[in-house]
Amino acid sequence: MSVVELDEAVAVLGQFPALAGASLRVEQGEIVLLRGPNGAGKTTLLRLCAGLLPLVRGTGSVLGLDLVTHRESVRRTVGLLGHQNGLYLDLTVAENVRFWGSTVGASDNEMLVAMQRLDIEDRLADVAVSKLSAGQKRRTAIACLIARRAQLWLLDEPHAGLDASARDHLDETLRQASAAGATILVASHELERAGNLATRSVEVVAGRVHELPSRTDPGEAVPGAQGTGDQAGQAGPVPGALGTGDQAGSGE
Amino acid sequence: MSVWRIGWQVALKDLRIEWNSRVFVNQVLPFAGVTMVIFAFALDADSVLQRVAPGLVWLATMFSMLVLVQRSFAVETADGALDALRVAGIDPRAIYLGKAVALGVQLLVLEVVLLFAAVVLYGQTIPTDGVVLLVTTLISATCGLAAVGTLYGGLAAGFTGRETLLPLLTFPAVAPVLIGATRAVEAALGTAGAVVSDGWPWVGLLAVFAVAFGVGGALAFGPLIDE
Repeated sequence: MSVVELDEAVAVLGQFPALAGASLRVEQGEIVLLRGPNGAGKTTLLRLCAGLLPLVRGTGSVLGLDLVTHRESVRRTVGLLGHQNGLYLDLTVAENVRFWGSTVGASDNEMLVAMQRLDIEDRLADVAVSKLSAGQKRRTAIACLIARRAQLWLLDEPHAGLDASARDHLDETLRQASAAGATILVASHELERAGNLATRSVEVVAGRVHELPSRTDPGEAVPGAQGTGDQAGQAGPVPGALGTGDQAGSGE
Repeated sequence: MSVWRIGWQVALKDLRIEWNSRVFVNQVLPFAGVTMVIFAFALDADSVLQRVAPGLVWLATMFSMLVLVQRSFAVETADGALDALRVAGIDPRAIYLGKAVALGVQLLVLEVVLLFAAVVLYGQTIPTDGVVLLVTTLISATCGLAAVGTLYGGLAAGFTGRETLLPLLTFPAVAPVLIGATRAVEAALGTAGAVVSDGWPWVGLLAVFAVAFGVGGALAFGPLIDE
């Protein structure tokens, strides 16, 4: 079963068909880069997959849940990270992770592991989010995604506003999450970095999805990307990257 | 997880935010206190102040409630947390319930402080036979105010100019609470010859109002904060 299956999907913003017959299939563990110009429908595609926009025509499912009949259920399985982080600025890092974890009944151990994965469990744990740098906020937001057991990560320009070090850290985290079984869709204009991160790229143009030539070598850069390509695929499976393993089957 | 459990988590989160930021203690309580003092200056004569004290307490409560409600939703929209709650598929009824409970707790503390201020500033006395009516009135009126404030706070959160929109929406809606709570507190305090038994029908009105807005708000909150 594919994690994302869209077939001739149509979604509208107001009267405008932002997605006009998009077809896409994403398998578990993939990191798929959505490329395309502004207004092409990348963010709309992410929001459709998050269950935030209705599917007007065509068919679609996420993690086996129909996007028409089970849109609310879809929301509980995905994590959407856009330009904002969805954090509470007056809460500390640990309090944010605890709150988001508590919404799915995550254990204390799961939340601790989520913070450890992002290296925020020690020095930063008791710091108010309002005092963090952009990169630290991003890491906290991803720890919250892990704590609430998101299986499909939908990231809209995840590198925006981060310095080089924070970008490297983010990429490493995403690779480890992917290796541990999470599926990731990344919409980005930063083709060099996101291209090196992705295992596959598709182009969104005028509301439709076009497959780009796949990479045969994990180190080979995606067409259009200009990075070194020496990082993709290097991270091996990381047990517990998405939790402690005691979460399976538990929760809601 | 059930609506109640997630709602409880949302309430704890909101109260934790207030505990961390101290906005309630450092801004809302002083604002309410200053309002009471200004009323005292404006009305001056002790006899008039004692006559209108119950109404002034509830007016100060409602002004302060606007600050609390705006703050309650400002923390949700500052970094897109309200959107994140929606994306996470959290039941809107749980969000509504949790935020209303947190608002209600703060309002209850505020009302007790304002009653104390009325005793100190206006020379108001609280007869022992009116204590039960007074407590019941505070609780039922608080539930109604929290239900309305959370509903309209969620509605206004999505609009530009929400600071002016919120009082325009909220004040007409809470007028029955202002009237009912004032009359009931007058009866509890024995203002202008009122007796305790006069207050209970008003408490009934407050309870009906709270239930109606609580149920209606829980059902309407999802569509209001959605697209």
